[in-house]
Amino acid sequence: MKFSEAWLRQWVNPELERDALLQQLTMAGLEVDGVESAAKPFSGVVVGRIETAEQHPDADKLRVCKVNDGSETFQVVCGAPNARPGLQTAFAKVGAVLPDNFKIKKAKLRGVESFGMLCSADELGLGDDHSGIMELGQHLAVGSDLAQTVGAELPLDDITVDLDLTPNRGDCLSIKGLAREVGVLNNLAVSYPVIEPVASASERVMPITVAAKAQCPRYLGRVIEGVDLSRPTPLWMSERLRRCGLRSIDPVVDVTNYVLIEQGQPMHAFDLNRLAQGINVRMAEVGDKLTLLDGQDVELDAETLVIADAAGPVAIAGVMGGKHSGVQENTQDLLLECAFFAPLAIAGTARRYGLHTDASHRYERGVDAELQNAALQRATRLLLDIVGGVPGPIVEALSADDLPITQVVTLRQSRLQSALGVDIDANTVDQAMTRLDFDVRERKDTDAGVEWQVLAPSHRFDIALEADLIEEVCRIYGYNNIPSTVPVARPALAEVPLAEHSEVQLKQQLVRLGFNEVITYSFVDPQWQQAFDPSHAPLQLLNPMSSEQSVMRTTLLPGLVQVAKNNSLRQQTSGRAFETGLVFLPADGELVQRAMIGGVMWGDREAEGWYQSDSPVDFFDAKGVVEALCDWAGQRVTFRPLIDEAFHPGQSAEISIGDQVIGRVGLVHPHVQKLVDVSPAFVFELRSDAVLAKAPRRHQSISKFPQVRRDLAVVVQRDVPAASVLETVRDAVGEKLVDVRLFDVYQGEGIDSNEKSLALGLTLQSQTTTLSEEEINALADAALQAMQLKHSARQR
Amino acid sequence: MDIEDILQRGQQQAAKAEDLRELDDVRVEFLGKKGELTALLKQLGTLDAAERPKAGALINQAKVALQQDIEQRKEHLQRQALAQTLASDTVDVTLPGRQPAHGGLHPVTQAMYRIEDIFTGAGYRVVAGREIENDYYNFAALNIPSHHPARAMHDTFYFGDGTLLRTHTSPSQVHTMEQQAPPIRVICPGRVYRRDSDLTHSPMFHQVEGLVVDEGISFADLKGTVTDFLQRFFEKDLKVQFRPSYFPFTEPSAEVDVHCVHCIGKGCRVCSNTGWLEVMGCGLVHPNVLNMSGIDTEVHSGFAFGFGVDRLAMLLFEVDDLRLFFDNDMRFLQQFA
Repeated sequence: MKFSEAWLRQWVNPELERDALLQQLTMAGLEVDGVESAAKPFSGVVVGRIETAEQHPDADKLRVCKVNDGSETFQVVCGAPNARPGLQTAFAKVGAVLPDNFKIKKAKLRGVESFGMLCSADELGLGDDHSGIMELGQHLAVGSDLAQTVGAELPLDDITVDLDLTPNRGDCLSIKGLAREVGVLNNLAVSYPVIEPVASASERVMPITVAAKAQCPRYLGRVIEGVDLSRPTPLWMSERLRRCGLRSIDPVVDVTNYVLIEQGQPMHAFDLNRLAQGINVRMAEVGDKLTLLDGQDVELDAETLVIADAAGPVAIAGVMGGKHSGVQENTQDLLLECAFFAPLAIAGTARRYGLHTDASHRYERGVDAELQNAALQRATRLLLDIVGGVPGPIVEALSADDLPITQVVTLRQSRLQSALGVDIDANTVDQAMTRLDFDVRERKDTDAGVEWQVLAPSHRFDIALEADLIEEVCRIYGYNNIPSTVPVARPALAEVPLAEHSEVQLKQQLVRLGFNEVITYSFVDPQWQQAFDPSHAPLQLLNPMSSEQSVMRTTLLPGLVQVAKNNSLRQQTSGRAFETGLVFLPADGELVQRAMIGGVMWGDREAEGWYQSDSPVDFFDAKGVVEALCDWAGQRVTFRPLIDEAFHPGQSAEISIGDQVIGRVGLVHPHVQKLVDVSPAFVFELRSDAVLAKAPRRHQSISKFPQVRRDLAVVVQRDVPAASVLETVRDAVGEKLVDVRLFDVYQGEGIDSNEKSLALGLTLQSQTTTLSEEEINALADAALQAMQLKHSARQR
Repeated sequence: MDIEDILQRGQQQAAKAEDLRELDDVRVEFLGKKGELTALLKQLGTLDAAERPKAGALINQAKVALQQDIEQRKEHLQRQALAQTLASDTVDVTLPGRQPAHGGLHPVTQAMYRIEDIFTGAGYRVVAGREIENDYYNFAALNIPSHHPARAMHDTFYFGDGTLLRTHTSPSQVHTMEQQAPPIRVICPGRVYRRDSDLTHSPMFHQVEGLVVDEGISFADLKGTVTDFLQRFFEKDLKVQFRPSYFPFTEPSAEVDVHCVHCIGKGCRVCSNTGWLEVMGCGLVHPNVLNMSGIDTEVHSGFAFGFGVDRLAMLLFEVDDLRLFFDNDMRFLQQFA
């Protein structure tokens, strides 16, 4: 809500400097979002009348005007396209001082003398219109001082304040409401303008029926016949509107806007002669259509409250009027509408149609249900004064039972004190109630302190609970006057599960392995998503920011590979990144939100250094990271070749614990690399729960007897998995095998091309004795024989 | 036969020996089984018995003297050899070391853990939540019915089946209250989503929600907790002010401003010359919310607060553009490693 400081101060004027007033508003919960200059002092500018305007002999765009200031005529050169004979405009005479101390002197423009300047609104600080000179109405006397004329109404040193009002403070969406609030804050009375009823001067009425009573408890209509819309909005009104951020449109719209800003009551004016007899306020019916004032055609749904005539809807109630029934230049007779619509009936409507108007903004938040008659009288008076006309009687359709219930709310002093944590005496509460204009119906002393029965005024439709009253007292008392304490706690000691790692511990593991944590968006590009997980149909956002962020990831890989790509493009040619987060897996109508941890490695294994030559990361770097995490978690995992379209078929593995697959690791498939335009990247992804586990550690005694090592070299078929050979050795040797290392894999010269040679280092040790040479040989033989039997291995 | 002469030669040769081998040759030449001094000893028998002891003593003195010299020379040569080895083993200590690659936690995560540490120290439990919620938990249970204008402030992402991306971490309040009876003290950190993207808004960001429900929890308790937290987090004795505000799920509600961490309230670019930074929203839990979660408002009361972690991280690490957090540039991330 934008408002003029000067206007507010005409209603209530606390002894506060401008900054202090703004600070007070902010600290009262009416947050000042912005301030801009609304008007600045100027002098020597009068209302001038252009008598003649002729083409400048030497300049296409300039005109030489004769301007009358009421007593004399001056020659003024002017470049404005709207400089024309008969126009009354702002004439800055020689010696005038425009805003920001700009002095007007006699000048020569392309050889023609100019005695003064004709001014645009922008040049006088009276608006941002600089398309032409001001078009002042004929109602201003030629020669009258413009600064005095404007300033007499509203001082020229003024600002427009933009308030960011929270949805509960609909009562402050008007000068009246703000003045009331400032009055409360400063304990000052507000001088509200007196609104006198305007008696009807004709019998002309428009019959009104309200079918949707719950949605429209009160609807007032008034006919005004014979208006003259050729008369302009007076400067004082357009100036007040302007300083509240509203443009002048035509006198009727300006008056309704004026009442909206001043009183907080939205209104609408129809062209009476464009309405088919009889207004009905009802819910829209199937097939109802309407062309709105802004030209938009809408089909109305059944949840929309409309104003209809015999022919169909003429307005979306509380949101926007229709184009056809609206006021036009030649309109002669008006129907003024002033209603109270239930907030719930309007809330949502504007958003559903993508419309947000000053009216809907107010109705959604609530309008004072007792305000309509006064607002309509106010509008009538203003209209008659500006465009004339003959008012008919006010027709009111009222459903009193559907008006908001103002209920008596109890406030207990004991409750107030325990909620706020401070002793607040009853007098303070009494005073707050008085200042807020809250009606204390009953006040009684009890053992636990005073109890108040309070009825809030009709403009405070947000008071229904004790907590609402506590908030009000708190606000008046001052948030910053409440002490700061720390709650007394009865905390139980922390539970520290033996079988779990914390998330931070898990992350630290990866940090130690050289990975930087990244945070990528949970919504991804559907193409990337499809490339990395063709097997899941991802959840689609109904209203994404962009198509590149339109589906919910089912895997962390798209984000991670994107990180590798973006960094490579920025010359970060090597790197390691990981992310933890949820993936979203729709399955049979159920949605699984699963925590995952994933990583990506690209470029070189290690940073370039004098002590080594560069070598690119490979599958075993990625696998090693996965192994390190699983070892840390104490999980025995198995790796099997992975069949997955997103991965290189020969350099990827599925990771499982027992029968349960917990993740995958490998090189991004060359197809996918090409599709997303990224260099080779190795990735892994694991279920977080698998590595957040923590196998219980138990001490095992260390043998006192010497350990011996035996190396065996065997040749097997290439497709024999090394892991199964190691498993065979472990099974065959048994408990005396302390460790088995695969220290070389050889393929090439000397062995068949279908074969590979594996070099195994067995570390043997007994818990109870020193192993003899015979025992050692027997164990090595057992290993060899088992490998021969199971894998057709031969010793090399 | 001149003992003195032999000794002198032996000493001279020992002194000249250039390495241990040469020195050993000297030892053999003079002190070995066939050495010159040994030979003299062997000849003692040829002397008069009366002269023998004196001559023997003289020879032995010469042997000891030469042995000493040889020992000294040996030590010297050994020192020299070691010095040579050390010299040849010398490396350029200014060459860079073999550093294991080290990564780092994302600055937002670091800020998040800092927050968690501050609160868990006071007995708060950390609870994680889901990110796709239904309307009830994100709005209705928080006293935001379907047509409430507050919904317009949220710019929600929807899926069209009644589910949505949570717009705040507040649903965790409701889940917690459904699962746990008071006393409750939890913080709920996590990702949240709003349809908004510009210099200061990201469609995905991070919040921490705090909730305390117990007997006699007051607005003063809330003020103390929030003030302490901000001062601990920034490790500065910053002024904190509370302004009335509105959130449907708390009442009274407050917006919290903290003195600018950069200029300490003097006014600077970071705080747009106001001296203050708006950092969080908070309030006493609305009775409707407590009631909906089955908590007796006559017995228990509570406070809740919520704030953006990304913003606090920006202030803590002097990051001037929110988008850097989601850009994941390694050069940026390494600065926090």
